Amino acid sequence: MAKKIKLSNLTDMFKDMDVEALEGVTIEGDIELDLSGGGGLDPALAYSLGHEAAQIAVHIANISRLLGYPVEQAFAGSMSAVSGVEGVAGPTRLKELIFSKFEVSNAEEWKHKIQEVTLGATSADGGTRKNTITIGGENALPYYFDAPMPHRNYVTMDVFDMPISMAKAVRTHYEDVMNDPAEWAKKNVREFNADMVTIHLISTDPLLNDTPAKEAAKVVEDVLQAVDVPIVIGGSGNPEKDPEVLEKAAEVAEGERVLLASASLNLDYARIAEAANKYGHAVLSWTQLEINAQKELNRKLMKQCNVPRENIVMDPTTAALGYGLDYAYTNMERIRLAGLMGDEELAFPMSSGTTNAWGARETWMVSSPLKQDSDWGPREYRGPMWEIVTGLSLALAGNDLFMMMHPGSVQVLKEITQTLFGSIENNPIDITNWIGEV
Amino acid sequence: MKLNSPLQAYKYLPGDNCGKCGVPTCMAFASHLIDRSLKLTDCTPILEDKYKPKLIELEELLAPEIREVEIGVGERVVKIGGDDVLYRHKLTFFNQTALAYDVWDTMDEMDIVERVNRIKDFRKFYVGEFLKLDMIAVRSVSDDPGKFADTVKKVLETSDLPLVLCSFNPKVLKAGLEVAGERNPLIYAATRGNWQEVADLALEYKVPVTLFAPDDLDLLKSLAKTFTEMGMENLVLDPGTFPSGKQLKTTFENFLKIRRAGIECDRGIAFPIMAVPLTAWMMHNDPVSASYWETVLASVFTVRYGDIMLLHSIEPHSLLPELHIRDTIYTDPRKPVTVDPDVYEVGSPTADSPFFVTTNFALTYYTVESDLSSNGIDCYLMAVDTEGIGVEAAVAGGQLTAAKIKKGLEDADFVLKEDTSHNTIILPGLAARLQGDVEDETAANVMIGPPDSGRIPGWMEEKWPPVK
Ligand code: B12
Ligand code: SF4
Repeated sequence: MAKKIKLSNLTDMFKDMDVEALEGVTIEGDIELDLSGGGGLDPALAYSLGHEAAQIAVHIANISRLLGYPVEQAFAGSMSAVSGVEGVAGPTRLKELIFSKFEVSNAEEWKHKIQEVTLGATSADGGTRKNTITIGGENALPYYFDAPMPHRNYVTMDVFDMPISMAKAVRTHYEDVMNDPAEWAKKNVREFNADMVTIHLISTDPLLNDTPAKEAAKVVEDVLQAVDVPIVIGGSGNPEKDPEVLEKAAEVAEGERVLLASASLNLDYARIAEAANKYGHAVLSWTQLEINAQKELNRKLMKQCNVPRENIVMDPTTAALGYGLDYAYTNMERIRLAGLMGDEELAFPMSSGTTNAWGARETWMVSSPLKQDSDWGPREYRGPMWEIVTGLSLALAGNDLFMMMHPGSVQVLKEITQTLFGSIENNPIDITNWIGEV
Repeated sequence: MKLNSPLQAYKYLPGDNCGKCGVPTCMAFASHLIDRSLKLTDCTPILEDKYKPKLIELEELLAPEIREVEIGVGERVVKIGGDDVLYRHKLTFFNQTALAYDVWDTMDEMDIVERVNRIKDFRKFYVGEFLKLDMIAVRSVSDDPGKFADTVKKVLETSDLPLVLCSFNPKVLKAGLEVAGERNPLIYAATRGNWQEVADLALEYKVPVTLFAPDDLDLLKSLAKTFTEMGMENLVLDPGTFPSGKQLKTTFENFLKIRRAGIECDRGIAFPIMAVPLTAWMMHNDPVSASYWETVLASVFTVRYGDIMLLHSIEPHSLLPELHIRDTIYTDPRKPVTVDPDVYEVGSPTADSPFFVTTNFALTYYTVESDLSSNGIDCYLMAVDTEGIGVEAAVAGGQLTAAKIKKGLEDADFVLKEDTSHNTIILPGLAARLQGDVEDETAANVMIGPPDSGRIPGWMEEKWPPVK
């Protein structure tokens, strides 16, 4: 059954629809396109039809080829006028480049902005910090051309309130300050160029020293005295003790806009949120690699505990390279994409416990426990690289703030994130002939 | 691919619901085509002549957005490209980034052989398999065709890894192709200056070719267009990898732009992308800084869309993170990460051999299993059904319990009292708190192993066999 359709009919048929392409339309049976009519053809539709016709041509060509018809020759003959093809014998060779302009659009679906959060307070705001640090505010994935990133990434370096066991490559840098958190904090800032420091009050853990909250708070005061950068205050991770410890710490740090780490679903997050609200701090909302748990906790902090949006940072958990980084990476990327696309419960800046990388055996073991493995090389080089790559991949996924440990890793991570951010100048390098120049 | 629902693919299938493809219905098969978990050729009926037009059409509709390019021949063939999405959670990324390490034609023969062997033999055990390097890139530093050919020959004699032949001089490339043309190497590179001669070579030897247009996407696309017009589809795009500063930022953006355009249907630029972190060695003189920066660049471009990359450092502190970040990004997020719960034999255990407990999370199981087997420890290793959760999280979350361990023993028909002489279970150090419960549930002796299974050999020396 042959059916004759005029282009003008087609235009009429489709005029009430927003047709961009004839996607999903299959043209069944024999058709004849009557091109003589001409008039009244919608240009967009004409383009679509052209596209569809080309598809049909390809299809017919394929069938013809199956039937043994020399399709290539037929096409080469009819197309040569257009593209300047020389001949049909053997592969075609062109004399001139066919110019083709590269074009790409911006991501349309990123319409929403990630919340900005400022940490630290200067004397102007009732604190004693020399400077503040603002994270968040993105309108695109990190370093994308769609929208410039308003703030660079920052690194906060760990300080513990008691000596802890750590990989040798890390320990060598802290041996002299291990017993003095204030000196440790100073070293992080002066020697290692830390943007912030994190004081982890781990000795408060009942299974360790069970240091009373009040005593722990003194360490916080010491650290605030010792350095003038914004700080993060961490508990021991003990869900029974942490609320009390963080409350006390929040109190002595009143007005400094610290980041309290952490509120989580497995402890009394409301107490921590309350302390933050009362003394003017931000809260780290920490969940374990689960996007829905992250939404739930953020929602509870906002709705139930009245934490203002500008006081929430998320830690969706960092698993080390080779130890679950695939989850951690994708979890962060999904969270950030959801935020950019308008999920208000996920549109917050993120923080990563990049130090977790040092849990990977590749960082601290002298050599592989497996005889079949190739030599792992010296761990002094391996370890920092592990921390860098763990942090860097999360930087690309959308992480803003990095909690880190090794001074070398910090330096390299800062270098690459600030390069991608766009604040590092360089002497231009000409790579045109790189092959012979390395 | 051009289809986005199973229904669209279904229309092209035979509709027999014969089940030959391994799933019960054509509709089910169609959904596997869409998520790319089955191949069209798994449906044998559609290969019949009468379906040929449909087959051809469907094949075209199913083709991934980014072209797939093959390099090399035989078992070691490397495939790159073939992606359909911008983010791995949307499907998965296919064909992991191919890592090519260099040799150059001013090296001594002996050094070449040694270096190639190191590249070829490097391996790292991870989750049940070895992570390995993929390719050798031969660089012409001398610009002498004879020297280049000799180097390529030496490399070919030493390894069957696929090659990238690198020179901007077509005469040098030709000399390399004369030696290695049969092995389907990737040639590097066609540029604004040499593209006609390089195109001739690619056509003559039917090999894949890289197009190099440093920070010039119009030129890159024009080259791609010109080459496709000449009948070449096996193209790789190198937009230039500038190693530092604003130039590096631009490089990063170029990668994003090319891939976004490619996935969003600009066929003209939908080819695999090459990164050259090796340029890090143009900015750093000392090998540690250079290798660090090179690995940093390699990581950036593994995460963001590099399909193949050329690298220089073969120090383990570079290779290990490069292999792992690639594995991280290319692990199929849909893949179950478990092993079947059971009692496994490691080596040839006897009744006196130790009995270890671990979880059925693949990462945990294979780590422990390889720690045991590579140290020659004959033993039983039980993978408890923790629903694919590692030790510490499973203890915290209640998937690793005494009851689960008991059930695991029953399901595996393993009777500790009869099958071992010691009636003893060794728990992971991180599951120490289950000790009492496990003793009660199983009536066995329970010992606590070290927190890290890498320490089991040392622990055995001290604690095994248990004193009666
Ligand atoms: C990835 C991860 C998850 C993933 C788990 C994915 C998975 N498939 O396992 C998810 C997101 C699901 C998760 C969830 C939770 N997690 Co979690 N998670 C982690 C993380 C980041 C890494 C764990 C890991 O994979 N390690 C690698 C594997 C290979 O280690 P492994 O299984 O322990 O095996 C090693 C050893 O145990 C030993 N070993 C293993 N078998 C054997 C056998 C013998 C005989 C011996 C001797 C040794 C041995 O050797 C192995 C190699 O080193 C850790 C933090 C960290 N950085 O370690 C937290 C961590 C384990 N999680 C934790 C918690 C609390 C949870 C949750 C309860 C959180 C919550 N409130 O919801 C849930 C529980 C969920 C559940 N069980 O259903 C805590 C556990 C704290 C504790 N000690 O109780 C940790 C330590 C984080 C923390 N610091 O709080 N988690
Ligand atoms: S083999 Fe082909 S025809 Fe048979 S059920 Fe599968 S898809 Fe349908």
